[in-house]
Amino acid sequence: MLSLGRWRETTATDYLDVRRFFTIWASLTHVLRSPVIPVVALSLARKPALQLRWISPVALVLLWQLASSTGVLSPEKLASPLTVLESAGELIADGQLGEAFVVSLGRVFLGFVIGGTIGVALGLASGLSRWGETLLDPPVQMLRTLPHLGLIPLFILWFGIGEEPKLALVASGVAFPLYLNLHAGIRQTDPGLVEAARVLGYSRFERIVHVVLPSAVPQTLVGLRIALGTAWLSLIVGEQINADAGLGFLINNAREFLRTDVVVVGLVVYALLGLTTDALVRLLERKVLRWQAR
Amino acid sequence: MASAVSIRGLRKAFGPRSVLDGIDLEIAPGEFVALLGRSGCGKSTLLRILAGLDRQVDGTAEVPGTVSIAFQQPRLLPWRKVWRNIALGLNKPNGHAIALKALEEVRLADHADAWPLTLSGGEAQRVSLARALVREPDVLLLDEPFGALDALTRLAMHHLVEDLWARHRPAVLLVTHDVDEALLLADRILVLDEGRIVAAHHVDLPRPRRRASVVEQRTRVLADLGVDVETAA
Ligand SMILES: Nc1ncnc2c1ncn2[C@@H]1O[C@H](COP(=O)(O)OP(=O)(O)OP(=O)(O)O)[C@@H](O)[C@H]1O
Ligand SMILES: [Mg+2]
Repeated sequence: MLSLGRWRETTATDYLDVRRFFTIWASLTHVLRSPVIPVVALSLARKPALQLRWISPVALVLLWQLASSTGVLSPEKLASPLTVLESAGELIADGQLGEAFVVSLGRVFLGFVIGGTIGVALGLASGLSRWGETLLDPPVQMLRTLPHLGLIPLFILWFGIGEEPKLALVASGVAFPLYLNLHAGIRQTDPGLVEAARVLGYSRFERIVHVVLPSAVPQTLVGLRIALGTAWLSLIVGEQINADAGLGFLINNAREFLRTDVVVVGLVVYALLGLTTDALVRLLERKVLRWQAR
Repeated sequence: MASAVSIRGLRKAFGPRSVLDGIDLEIAPGEFVALLGRSGCGKSTLLRILAGLDRQVDGTAEVPGTVSIAFQQPRLLPWRKVWRNIALGLNKPNGHAIALKALEEVRLADHADAWPLTLSGGEAQRVSLARALVREPDVLLLDEPFGALDALTRLAMHHLVEDLWARHRPAVLLVTHDVDEALLLADRILVLDEGRIVAAHHVDLPRPRRRASVVEQRTRVLADLGVDVETAA
């Protein structure tokens, strides 16, 4: 109820802001009616070069800055890009960001190791043995239908409000995608290749090492990427639980003081961390999957 | 001398469908046997059984020595470079050198460091052939190994197989759809139909054989396959 009221209030004030915005837009179109336009139109007809892809993001940031500078966007709603940059500099300088960064990274790392170990161990057991599959796969398939972020209340009851529920949340976000993809990858192994290795005199163990596991690698890497994405998401949600350190704490603290600039800095750092780990997995994929002809 | 392959009363059924229905076959060491038969008559099934990949059969199929097989599909490990695929079953320290030599023989020396998925169908088949040959087995099972090759490469591969066979003298069981190929290479030609060996021809022509010398026997083998050459021509 409360949030609904707030929302109405916001739109009411924004209405005026929008009108102001259009007057600015009108003056902008003045500039845009210069001879540049035909040139732009001409190059639109051709297939745009890849290097031009930064145009719209930059334009959006410029627009955001414009909206902030003109007062259309109040700093309580969203701080301007320049302010965000400035406070990022401050937070880095006084070490707050670095500290929060290390704490959050540590949580993701630890949660990932725990969840990864569980996911890989279960995936191997149920992928490589029929008994393992019969016993392990049904409960895991049932549990995975639960939205793991919805487990927070249980995790709080089980683990309290310290580090443990946060780690448990990250771990459960990591374990399932890794399990599912490793298991599927192993099951997708071409039986023809296993047979070929058998005729070449490979023992069961050698067949697993040289044929089954390598052929599960592509699917497992897909699982790894999903797992890392979920890990960050779980961390962000998990850090809402009574955090006293880390990026989540930084953000929540900033909210109480209406410091939207700090909130944005925290979000950007989350995003950068997610992008970085994703890029690392891509790099790993390129290295490990060189054999996949394109 | 014991047989290289000894099959007695071999039966194989998939569910209610009987595919091999009482096969008796002895292959002497060093003998080159070609196996002909319509698509789906059970040739690959027989080879799988001889390679020890299918033990759920009635009757006996004994292969006392070492076996290697070139499957109908190349079955290369895509994450191993071409030369490593050949060195796979070697268990020898100088695998690289042996693999390179084998690749030279199948005319693929410059593809040694390629990934299998970048090979053409015929190239992959030649690598698979090289992998089977390089192990110098007592029994060599070849399941349509020349199927995807162009006519020229096919001729070269005939020479290669015949040459390797002459040098190492494995018993060979070659599955093919090409009667001329069988006549050029084999000591004996078997025709499989309805799960049984319905005809056997001894080919006593002197080696190396030429196409012209095989024409007469060709007519008889084709008749066994149900093809009347006079009317077909
Ligand atoms: N695993 C299996 N399960 C059920 N049926 C099978 C199986 N393997 C083979 N068959 C059947 O057995 C029959 C013989 O198959 P096989 O592969 O031996 O034929 P083939 O003589 O090698 O044919 P081609 O010349 O086309 O390669 C086919 O009808 C096939 O459908
Ligand atoms: Mg076949």
